[in-house]
Amino acid sequence: MFKRLKNFTHEKIETNAGVLLVLTMLAISIGGMVEIVPLFLLDDTMEKVDGVRPYTPLEQRGRDIYIREGCYTCHSQMIRPFRDEQLRYGHYSLAAESKYDHPFQWGSKRTGPDLARVGGKYSNEWHTQHLLQPRSVVEESVMPNYPWLMTALDASDVADRMRALRTTGVPYSTTQAEFDRNVQQFGAEHAQMQHIPDAQVNLVKQAQAGNYDGDNRSVSEMDALVAYLQVLGTMVDFSKIKPETLVKFR
Amino acid sequence: MTATAPAAAAEPYDYEIVKKFTIMSIVWGVVGMLVGVYIASELAWPWLNFDSPYFSFGRFRPVHTGAVIFGFGGSALFATSYYVVQRTCQTPLWGGGLVPFTFWGWQTVIVLAAVSYVTGYSQGREYAEMEWPIDILIELIWIAYLAIYIGTLMKRKQPHIYVANWFYLSFILATALLHTFNNLAVPVGLFTLKSYSLFSGPMDAMTQWWYGHNAVGFFLTAAFLGMMYYFVPKHAGRPIYSYRLSIVHFWALSFMYMWVGTHHLHWTALPDWASTLGATFSIMLLLPSWGGMINGIMTLSGAWDKLRTDPIMRFMIVALSFYGMSTFEGPLMSLKDVNALSHYTDWTVGHVHSGALGWVAMISFGSIYHMLPRLWKTEMYSVRLINVHFWLATIGVLLYVVAMWISGIMQGLMWRAFDDYGNLQYSFVESVAAMHPFYAMRALGGLFFLTGMCIMAYNAYMTIRQGQAQQAAAQLQAA
Repeated sequence: MFKRLKNFTHEKIETNAGVLLVLTMLAISIGGMVEIVPLFLLDDTMEKVDGVRPYTPLEQRGRDIYIREGCYTCHSQMIRPFRDEQLRYGHYSLAAESKYDHPFQWGSKRTGPDLARVGGKYSNEWHTQHLLQPRSVVEESVMPNYPWLMTALDASDVADRMRALRTTGVPYSTTQAEFDRNVQQFGAEHAQMQHIPDAQVNLVKQAQAGNYDGDNRSVSEMDALVAYLQVLGTMVDFSKIKPETLVKFR
Repeated sequence: MTATAPAAAAEPYDYEIVKKFTIMSIVWGVVGMLVGVYIASELAWPWLNFDSPYFSFGRFRPVHTGAVIFGFGGSALFATSYYVVQRTCQTPLWGGGLVPFTFWGWQTVIVLAAVSYVTGYSQGREYAEMEWPIDILIELIWIAYLAIYIGTLMKRKQPHIYVANWFYLSFILATALLHTFNNLAVPVGLFTLKSYSLFSGPMDAMTQWWYGHNAVGFFLTAAFLGMMYYFVPKHAGRPIYSYRLSIVHFWALSFMYMWVGTHHLHWTALPDWASTLGATFSIMLLLPSWGGMINGIMTLSGAWDKLRTDPIMRFMIVALSFYGMSTFEGPLMSLKDVNALSHYTDWTVGHVHSGALGWVAMISFGSIYHMLPRLWKTEMYSVRLINVHFWLATIGVLLYVVAMWISGIMQGLMWRAFDDYGNLQYSFVESVAAMHPFYAMRALGGLFFLTGMCIMAYNAYMTIRQGQAQQAAAQLQAA
C-alpha cells in the first residue's frame, strides 16, 4: 500500500480520465456533506418555541405573490443579533420562525428595510396605499408601484398548493386524525385554517373578515399579500421566553 | 490535402458548435447587460418601473442575472470548452446529436427562464429562480454535456489531459451536483409551473447558499480558470508559468470552494458552527486563488511587451488582476466583523460585479477575441475597436465598483449609527435617499460596459462577414 503511494505521481491522474473524474467528484462532495447533513440530524438547529404555525390559505397565497414579485431581491427577512437591528426591527430572528417557509426568504440585500417583523407595525390601509403608490406615503422610496395587486386573487388551486406543501412536511391536515392532531398542537382556530378540504372557504372567510384592501366585494391579490405581511414575525410571543433559553441554540 | 479541396473538408475539429455558442454568448451579453443597466436605472429613477409587472424590478432582476450568468457566461463556457477540449485532445467532439442538443436546449432554457420570470413564475431562490420543468431540461442538457466532455477526453490522441480540461470537468461535475440538490421541489401539479422547495428555513438557506456561492465558485470561477489556462498561454505564445502550481491550484480550489457558501449566512439563524466553518475555508481559499492568479500573470514573463501592443492580452491580464482583487475582497468580507457591516448592503453587489465584470466578462472577451479570427479563418475586422472596448469596459467596472463601495459602506455605517442619547441616528429611508447619486453613478458605469459590449458585437459581426466573404472568394477562385 505505502509502496504504491510512494510511486504515486500526479501523472497517473492526468493520463486517466476515469481517475480524474472520480477524484474530482470526491474533492467537491465533502464540503457540502459536512455542512448540510448535520443540520437535519442535530437537535439544536431549530429552537423549541411555541406559537410558530403553518400559514393560513390566504397568508400562503400572499407569500406566493411575495415570491412571484421578487420582493426578496430588495427585502430581507432575517434580523441579526445587533443592537441597531434590535432597535430598528425587533428581536433577532429565530430559525424556528421560518420552519414552515418553503422556500426560505431570508434574502441577501436591503435596498428596502427588513420585513421579518413587519407584521402589526403598520395598518392594512397603510400597506395597501404603500403597495399601490409607495412614494405617496414614503417620499424617498425607490420601490415600484404595484397597481396590478388589486386584481382578483385566483384561489381555485389553493388546496393543491397546500397539498404540495404537505408533501414537503408542513402539517396541513386532510383526515380527521390529522385535524385532531393539529387541534392539540396549534389550537382549534388554527387547526381549522390548516384543514385542506376547507381551504378555499377559509381563504374567503379570512379575506372578508380582515378586509385588508378596504374593498370587501371580492378577494384581491392585495388582500392575500397584506395578510401575509401582517403575520410576519408575530407568531412567537417573546415576552414569554427567557433570553437564556435561546442562547444555547446560537 | 490538395489546394483545390474546400476549406471546410480539411477542418479536423467540430467548429460549427463553437461558432454558434460564441455568437450567442455575444448576443446574450448585449441583452443581459442592457437589462442590467435598466434595472440599475430603476433603482435610481423608480418611474422606470412604468407600473408594469413585466418591467418591475423584482421580476426583471432575475432576467438580468439569468441572461448574463447562464446566457452570456454559460454560452462562452460551452464555446470555449468545446474549442479547448478538441484542440488539447487533438480529436473532434464525441457525442453526435447530443452536441447540437446542448446548444438548442441551452438557448431554450435562457429564453424560457426569462419569459417565466416576467410572467410571474419563480422559485424565489437567487440564481436558481427557474421553475421545475426548466430545471429538468437543464439537468438533461448537463448530463449530455458531461457525456460529451468525458467521451471526447476518452478518445484523445494525447496521453495527458491538459490542465484547462480539469477545470472545465470540475465545473461540469460541481454544477450537476449543485443544480440537482438545490432544486429539489414539490410541484403543485403536473400542469403548473409552481412548486415548493423541499426544505425549509435554515436547511433551505444552507442548500441555497451552498449552491449560490458555488455558482460563483465553479460556474463563474473554476470554468473561467479553464479558459485562462488555455487562452492566456496560447495567446502569449508561452508555456504556463508553473505546472506544479496549477496542480495545487486545481485540487485546493475544487476542495475548498464547496465549503464557503455559509459566509452568506453570518449572524443569521443558521447555526454558528456552519457559518464559522464557511468563513475559515473562505480565508484559506485566498491561497489557491492567488496561486492561480500568479500562475496566469507570470505566464507573461518575457512577453510583457505584448501588453503595449495587444489589447486582447490586456483584457486577459486585467481580468486576472480583477480576479486577484475580488478573491482578496471575498475572504475579507467573509470575516464576521466585516460581514456585520457589509452584509445586506451594496458592497456585496459591488464585490459580485468586480468579479463578474472584471474577471468573468474580461477573460471571456479576451478568449472570444482570440477565437473569432481562428474560427472564421480571417483577421479581426478592427483591432482599434478592441482597444476602445477595453477602455470602455475598464472605466465601466471602476465606476461601478467604486460607486458600490461608497454606497455600501455608507449604508452599513448609517444603519448602525447612534446619536448621543443612544437612539438610532438615521431612519431607514434616509439611507435610501443617500444612495441616489451612487445608484446613478453605477448605472453610468454599467452603460460604459454595455457600450463596450455593443462595440464588440459590431466588431464580431464585421469579422464574421469578412471571413465569409473571403471564403466565398477563395472557393470561387478554386472553382
